Amino acid sequence: MKSEIELIKEIEAYLFQEMDAQQSSAFENERKQNSSFDQKVTEHLNFLQSLKSYGDKKELKAAMDNIHNDIDLEALNHEFKKQPHNIISFWRKSKRSLAVAASIAILVTLSTLFLTGQFDGQNHVSNYSELKRDMETIKRSQKALIRNINSATNQPQDISQYGGTGFALSSNGYIVTNYHVVKEADSIYVQNGKGESFKAETIYIDPTYDIAVLQIIDPLFKNLSPLPYTFKKSNAELGEDVYTIGYPKDDIVYGKGYLSSSTGFGGDSTAYQVSIPVNPGNSGGPLMDNRGNVIGIVSGKQTLADGAAFAVKSDFVLKSIDNIPQDSLKQKININKKNTLAGLNRTAQIRKMQDFIFIVKVYN
Amino acid sequence: MSSKINYSKPTDNEVILGILNNSSSTLQYLYKAYFPMIYQLIINNNGNEDDAKDIYQEGIIILHDKIKSGDFELTSKLKTFLYSVCRRLWLKKLNHKSRYNANINDYEDHFAVEPDLANHEEKDQQFLMMDKALLQLGEPCKTIIEDFYIHNKSMQDISEKFGYTNADNAKTQKYKCLQRLKKLFFSK
Repeated sequence: MKSEIELIKEIEAYLFQEMDAQQSSAFENERKQNSSFDQKVTEHLNFLQSLKSYGDKKELKAAMDNIHNDIDLEALNHEFKKQPHNIISFWRKSKRSLAVAASIAILVTLSTLFLTGQFDGQNHVSNYSELKRDMETIKRSQKALIRNINSATNQPQDISQYGGTGFALSSNGYIVTNYHVVKEADSIYVQNGKGESFKAETIYIDPTYDIAVLQIIDPLFKNLSPLPYTFKKSNAELGEDVYTIGYPKDDIVYGKGYLSSSTGFGGDSTAYQVSIPVNPGNSGGPLMDNRGNVIGIVSGKQTLADGAAFAVKSDFVLKSIDNIPQDSLKQKININKKNTLAGLNRTAQIRKMQDFIFIVKVYN
Repeated sequence: MSSKINYSKPTDNEVILGILNNSSSTLQYLYKAYFPMIYQLIINNNGNEDDAKDIYQEGIIILHDKIKSGDFELTSKLKTFLYSVCRRLWLKKLNHKSRYNANINDYEDHFAVEPDLANHEEKDQQFLMMDKALLQLGEPCKTIIEDFYIHNKSMQDISEKFGYTNADNAKTQKYKCLQRLKKLFFSK
């Protein structure tokens, strides 16, 4: 067995052709016969090869470094580096994180809205409250009181669930009120100041303006006398004295105020803002001016502001009444054009109007 | 956005021929022609000047080795080959640095170069091992080995350079050095 160094000597001698013909053929012979020898030779040759390529690579690197020094990096920087603007490169780097953050934000917003019931669509205007009266809550709060005063009486049960106000549109039994009062109603009754109650049905609704038109279909109903008030077609003036008559409780209630803005909640141009005391149950009541013209329908108030009630403007009421297909009606709606209230004082006006204003009772 | 570089330039085939003949002017042309392309790629993908230099030189080495090994068939433009190789190398480095930067903004066409890289990685490994072994070998062995095996100097020159009395002494010394180098190289 040859030592390592002997082996190296022999291989190198062969490689650099320092052997004579006899020696080299002996060397080749041994490679063929002795596989472990052959392996060692191959290994050495490979090693020399990698030594060589190491050198080549080193040389190449040195050459490239030389060339690299010639390159004008400043010019290249000028050309490429400034182009992706700070914001753009920031966007490029962080678009993933931003996308994640945005989706989380959207998710949280949506789920919050969902959980708080903002998607119901009815109460998304959270500080706008519709003024229909919830009988159950009122009854409950008054129950104890009634029992104490009058425990022995057995009054007829009033089982209506919601109430509002409505007023006559024409003497043949058409009544206008708010859409939100009669929404989802199973049956509707209207009751006048004398306590007479008539069955009515909804013949037209206009949810955009919050308007509903009812017709009394009760056989006991006899036509009203001619209407004393008219509907004002033009806009009312800011600061004008106004009043309303409605049924926030079972008896008629008068409220007085002034027109404080020509737009309604959130700048709604179809409504007025009025400074007037109104309560649940006032919804659907007429908003009157001094001369006995209906200038609007009381529809709601702002919960977080004092004295801000809203009324749908009368010309929008008229517009939606015009939209009712007349063919579908049993009787024509004749809008009154003759005002008999104009010259009267306030108390006389109210007295004359009372009969045309109704409690709207809704059962569902 | 990508800017084209217009030189009166040799064709790809001429470049390949130049590399095969160890032409330094060809290397210089090749290096300068495509460096801006790779520079743009690297600095616009979270790299700096040094990264660009390292990656580009590695790319050139891969191209160089491929041409020298003789199995280089010109199936694509040299430019595309270089871009693809450097792009792959940089992606790898980015992945190594952080897992979030696996995306890259491209400026050129590219294709898959994985086989070339696998080959290169092995060679690179050997290069580093040899570098380390030579460093451990120390002087004068390192220079003797380099002079003889890499720079192809004759034993006569070497023995004169190192003051050996004759070439045979130098030769014996060289064998000893080579043996030690082999040990160092294979002991890894």
